[in-house]
Amino acid sequence: MKRLWRFFPALPALMLSGCTVDLLQPAGPIGEGNRDMMVLEWAVMMCVVVPVIIATLVFAWRYRASNTKAEYLRNWSHSNKIEVFIWGVPILIILVLSVFNYKSTHDYDPYKPISKEMQAKVGAPDAKPLHVEVISLDWKWLFIYPDLGIATINELDVPTKTPLDFRITSDSVMTSFFIPQLGSQIYSMAGMETQLHLLASRPGNFQGEAAQYTGPGFSDMRFRAIAMPQEQFDAWVQNVRSGDNPLVAKEALDAQTYPKYHTAPPAPHDEAPKPAPVVYFSSVQSGLFEGIVAKYNVGMSHEDHGKDMGEKSMNMPAESHEAAPSNTGM
Amino acid sequence: MLGKLTLSAIPYDVPILVGTFIGVAVVGIAVLAAVTYFKKWGYLWREWLTTVDHKKLAIMYVILGLVMLVRGFADALMMRTQLALAYAGNPGYLPPHHYDQVFSAHGTIMIFFMAMVMMQALFNFVVPLQIGARDVAFPLINSISFYMTLVSAILINVSLFIGEFSNVGWLGYPPISELQFNPGVGVDYYIWSVQISGIGTLLTGMNFLTTIIKLRAPGMKWMHIPVFTWTAFFACIMILTTFPVLTVSMALLALDRYVGMHFFTNDGGGSVMLYLNLIWSWGHPEVYILILPAFGVFSEIAATFSGKPLFGYATMVIATGIITFLGSIVWVHHFFTMGAGADVNTFFGIMTMFIAVPTGVKIFNWLFTMYKGRVRFEGPMHWIVGFMITFSIGGMTGVMMAMPAADWVIHNSLFLVAHFHNVIIGGVFFGYVAGLSYWFPKAFGYKMRDVWGKWAFRFWFVGFYLSFIPLYAVGLEGMTRRMNHYDNPDWHPWLLVACVGVFVLAAGLACQVIQFVLAAFDAVNKKPDALDLTGDNWGSGRTLEWSIPSPVPHYNFARLPVIRGLDTFHIEKELGRPAPVSELEPIHMPKYSAVGPVLGACGLLIGFALVWHIWWAVVVGLVVAFFTVVHRSANLDVDFYVPVEEIRADEEAFARRLAAAKAAE
Repeated sequence: MKRLWRFFPALPALMLSGCTVDLLQPAGPIGEGNRDMMVLEWAVMMCVVVPVIIATLVFAWRYRASNTKAEYLRNWSHSNKIEVFIWGVPILIILVLSVFNYKSTHDYDPYKPISKEMQAKVGAPDAKPLHVEVISLDWKWLFIYPDLGIATINELDVPTKTPLDFRITSDSVMTSFFIPQLGSQIYSMAGMETQLHLLASRPGNFQGEAAQYTGPGFSDMRFRAIAMPQEQFDAWVQNVRSGDNPLVAKEALDAQTYPKYHTAPPAPHDEAPKPAPVVYFSSVQSGLFEGIVAKYNVGMSHEDHGKDMGEKSMNMPAESHEAAPSNTGM
Repeated sequence: MLGKLTLSAIPYDVPILVGTFIGVAVVGIAVLAAVTYFKKWGYLWREWLTTVDHKKLAIMYVILGLVMLVRGFADALMMRTQLALAYAGNPGYLPPHHYDQVFSAHGTIMIFFMAMVMMQALFNFVVPLQIGARDVAFPLINSISFYMTLVSAILINVSLFIGEFSNVGWLGYPPISELQFNPGVGVDYYIWSVQISGIGTLLTGMNFLTTIIKLRAPGMKWMHIPVFTWTAFFACIMILTTFPVLTVSMALLALDRYVGMHFFTNDGGGSVMLYLNLIWSWGHPEVYILILPAFGVFSEIAATFSGKPLFGYATMVIATGIITFLGSIVWVHHFFTMGAGADVNTFFGIMTMFIAVPTGVKIFNWLFTMYKGRVRFEGPMHWIVGFMITFSIGGMTGVMMAMPAADWVIHNSLFLVAHFHNVIIGGVFFGYVAGLSYWFPKAFGYKMRDVWGKWAFRFWFVGFYLSFIPLYAVGLEGMTRRMNHYDNPDWHPWLLVACVGVFVLAAGLACQVIQFVLAAFDAVNKKPDALDLTGDNWGSGRTLEWSIPSPVPHYNFARLPVIRGLDTFHIEKELGRPAPVSELEPIHMPKYSAVGPVLGACGLLIGFALVWHIWWAVVVGLVVAFFTVVHRSANLDVDFYVPVEEIRADEEAFARRLAAAKAAE
């Protein structure tokens, strides 16, 4: 208990010191947009909340029963002026916020590619987007870089100032792909593909997480998102491709090796499953992502998947994912 | 013979559960032994278990709700202590397998078996008295509602000791709640306890909607209905429109799990998002079903203790109606992150924000009810001041999350968890507790000791901020909900503070328990100054329930009241009560019935048998239930008349008490 008390005076200081408040210290334009909206709403709402709290306390004190000097209108219960005020003020505030709501929902729509203005703002107006395919598994994240032919598990390396185009699916339960400091999250769902567009404006090592409960391994279903300058990223890609890096798996990621990484090793009931280690793959079979989305959409029962996937669906042409629903149909 | 049930389903290797079981068994045996020793079984069965009296059902609902509050609170204590410990490599004391059941049970119990139960307690006790009715429209169905709720609460607690509970959260999102990922019986316990309690709630909604429409005292026009009853009316409308959706979603999930269908599975054309849309188109209205009656309680209390009519009665009713409508069309804000288009998100975001308008209006109405009043800060009034402060903050964070661009980063975070506890503790819970202390003397004829209620409030108020402001903070630091352990050093201090907070809340809960125990003690000892002689315990009651004796006679009103406008009782106190024009007449009342407990027992058997696939027991339960209903339908001996002599004796006793009270002044 004694130790706990020491924290109390230190709390505000903690906020300001080495602590990272991810959502208030974003590292990209999407995260900044999220934060700005949050702060804006907070500020506008405080204009109502603070007066209401003060009025509650003032009225409670001023009109307490023992204060017989205060005016007492025992039958007063209606006033057109006050009615207009109490309906009018909230409506005005919400109308104003609605405009921001409409604008920000469209500007920062996760499906919308990073705009030219955002790119210009970080000083790289012509950077080509980097495509990353994200697959949530039990209890790890698989990232495939289709243009680079490499893949990683539980570590997402990206260049700064480059638009990141994510296509997201799940090969297990549903969860949510989230890097708090970069901004918006989107669900990952088996048999469906969702999209997310982010951008890291500065280098950093950010926490990445599954933001929707996924089972016993949920708490360790985390990854580091490492943003680095383009040259450093290129060097990292070379390093992974060459196989020199100790984290690189001995085998390529393809239909045959994928099942090995797909499921978690069995864990005893009374312990948390071990966190999945970081793995790099120096080469990846193309069309893996599409095959994973498609396998849930061919009308098979799940018992048949394992064997069938290796032979047929994984070899489906890449275009086949077009047939799969590309969002949730809303 | 016993389906999937084997001895290995009993978790005797989990010390926490064994300890809990021993505790429950000791208390249970002690209670049963006491009832036997004092030879109260006959009394218990005749007067309570078979009752169709809405007031006695209300008291039983309260007892159930309080027991479930303690149960759900124990889960909260476990979660907060786990998260205070499980940092930087320390696994804590709850492995995920257990912890996940704890958070799922906490949410399920607090919503379905604490909040909904307390709400139905208030409906039962207050609504008929406020509208001058002698019972609800369908008294037997009311008893059946209670038993459906009771047995589903029992079923969910049986899962502690036989098998396991769901580990996938209080809404059981697929696909992780599907058989493929969850072959155990936990989700089945969840499905059937929610399903059975849903039947009870649906019947309650139907019952009270009919009661309010049909059984109002002569002369009570719509705009004479007290505000609490109005909020119950709108809550019932929402129950009737949305609980069937819950029933359907649970049924579809059960079909997936029991007969291999593919509504929400990953494959075979199932859609997870179909489930999310269904469950939240019930789940969002559900929070308004809970909060509206709390608003009603606050409206009654604010007027009574300010010595003034409620400010803006008509506005209050209209605002409640608007909330009912808007609350039903905003469910997508629970999953802005599913990848819907920007227009869809904008629509649901803006609709959600607009709920802040009628809600804000209500806050202002309570504010102006206090304005130029004579506010007496007795127990119930404390909760409303705490509510107005806390709920405003919760409303603010709610509007923050209604903006999709903000929600995309706080969705599923502890910020969200802090937000809904902010409105559910600060709104629903404060409201129901205030209501309990407000109407307690009416139910028992004894006052509770106010000082313990005030201390309960202080602990709950401070404890709430200590527990949940840290959760807002870690939410902003990117912590998601339902984590079992973590290694982020920024989160640890906050979670330690939250852990201290939950113990402060526990102190509040202890004060409430002490308050109830002392009230029972005072009642047994017939402590004279705890007696409520006049029936108008707070001295400034405005609505009809304060015009009759406490405790209320079983027929409620000796003569049906004549309504002279809004707040008839207040008008009568001002202008003097007119002499009764009519003679006392025998009162037609329903007989008590064993149908409720029998159907409840069938429900429990069916639920348990479905969980464990004991098909013959399901059939037995259904057959017994069927013949019980047939037998009841053929039974014509279901009512009786209260003789005039009894009513006259009660009236004379009440007149003597009023005279005694007057003399004491």
